[in-house]
Amino acid sequence: MPTPRVAVVRETIAVEHLVVQVEGDLRHDGEGCGAVCTFVGVVRATHQGRRVRYLEYEAYEPLALRAFFRIGEEAAARWPGSRLGIHHRVGRLEIGEASVAIAAASAHRAEAFQVCRYAIERVKQIAPVWKHEFFEGGEVWIEGATIDPDDDAAREEAFRRACA
Amino acid sequence: MRITIRLFARLREIAGSGELVREVPAQATVQAAWRALVAEFPAMASHEPSISSAVNAEFARMSAVLKDGDEVAFLPPVSGGGGKRRVHV
Repeated sequence: MPTPRVAVVRETIAVEHLVVQVEGDLRHDGEGCGAVCTFVGVVRATHQGRRVRYLEYEAYEPLALRAFFRIGEEAAARWPGSRLGIHHRVGRLEIGEASVAIAAASAHRAEAFQVCRYAIERVKQIAPVWKHEFFEGGEVWIEGATIDPDDDAAREEAFRRACA
Repeated sequence: MRITIRLFARLREIAGSGELVREVPAQATVQAAWRALVAEFPAMASHEPSISSAVNAEFARMSAVLKDGDEVAFLPPVSGGGGKRRVHV
């Protein structure tokens, strides 16, 4: 069964399946696929000096899937011929477990690295996924910026980081 | 008319539920639904500058007009940064 290119999952993320999927998507298109760059975000044991016990992720799943598709479209507009796979896990995650995986396929490695970096920056900006940190002594929701998919400045910042 | 309100993270905790069904006047906007919610749960008021919204699982502005049966979601900030803070009105 093919792996969906975007998914919100409750079990361990299967990065290798995502790699196979995006490579297959690109294999017979244009130059074909010459590189797949992956990023895996994992639960860190510390955050801002706190000892993290575990995290709980929560998503608005249908909108998260649309956000992931949108990021794929944004990337394809910047890097024609690129393909993206994005899987995010929800529920309780222990230290060291993968919370998010990105697989970026392109004909050549330079673009694959850029697309991968762009995708994780955009996931952090616009995906409706919330992180609840349980640390030694308390718990806190990790909040950054307001979600705004049309914020050009945020999109440009992600692009700048991708190409840095 | 009747709408479903979806709440997440801190907002969900304040309401004690991630899903509420509420009556709102015909032609109510997302903003009006939010104000009614704040009237019911005053602790949400301080979150207004940082939330964004969606209607039927599509990003929407607070000025969007609702129809019967719509699902409105209020979205607290997410963990990533990089963008400027901006209020949807």
